[in-house]
Amino acid sequence: MILAAASAGNVLVWIVWVLAAFACLGSGIAVISFSNPFYSALSLIGNLASLAVLYLLLSAEFVAAAQVLVYAGAVMVMFLFVIAYLGGRADAPWAGGPSWQALGAVAASAALLVEIIVVIALKTSGRLSHSAKVDYFYGRPYEIGRLFLTDHLLAFEITSIVLLIAAVGGVILGSHSRETQ
Amino acid sequence: MNGPDVVWYLCVAAFLFCTGALGVLIRRSPLIVLLSLEIMLNGSNLALIAFARHHGREDGQIFALAVMAVAASEVVVGLGLIVAMARRRLDLDVDKLRTLRG
Repeated sequence: MILAAASAGNVLVWIVWVLAAFACLGSGIAVISFSNPFYSALSLIGNLASLAVLYLLLSAEFVAAAQVLVYAGAVMVMFLFVIAYLGGRADAPWAGGPSWQALGAVAASAALLVEIIVVIALKTSGRLSHSAKVDYFYGRPYEIGRLFLTDHLLAFEITSIVLLIAAVGGVILGSHSRETQ
Repeated sequence: MNGPDVVWYLCVAAFLFCTGALGVLIRRSPLIVLLSLEIMLNGSNLALIAFARHHGREDGQIFALAVMAVAASEVVVGLGLIVAMARRRLDLDVDKLRTLRG
């Protein structure tokens, strides 16, 4: 009875995983193949949302929430504002037939994908099938905050400085282009 | 661990990374190049979180959060550059921006 319940839960997790993974890959391909940047940004929001589902399946609840809030919320709103400001300029990726440049790019990324898959298959054969057991508290915000303020304090502080410098850089870029107008 | 092994997550991450790399290579609009960079960063984030789950430690999630912060600052600077380019009436085409002169 318990075994049947466990395998039913397993099948459910598999179904959710397959749906989220294919939504993720499909929207990723949609981002790079839409000619209108507005549709590309909307597909990227779908991509980020399905990635958040995958993070939830990996019991990284805090990262999933941060992903939805920071990426799908703040960053994509900024993207959509800039796209609306610039106007949707169409840029057909395959206009004028496939060029040598585009064919080379496709071959290069396909080769990269094959290399990564082969390395994963060779180096990890069977070793990644037994993940560590984690308890109910794995990935909770308490643990993330504790690690940020103890083991990874330097990374935390450097991240804040990077964000500050980026904000200052954004302001400087905006004000310079206003002066020259 | 219920559901698929970490290897399957790694395959999705690899595919996402290569999709983003293809977008960076074939698209000419700098906006789409930035969006494709986001896809690449998210692919690496997925691999980090999958390995964090595999080892049962949260350090990979910390790294993923740092990558998110770096991606946000990269978007700020990149979009600022694109808006500055548009205000100077430059073509929004990364193939035509050959010189660094203003």
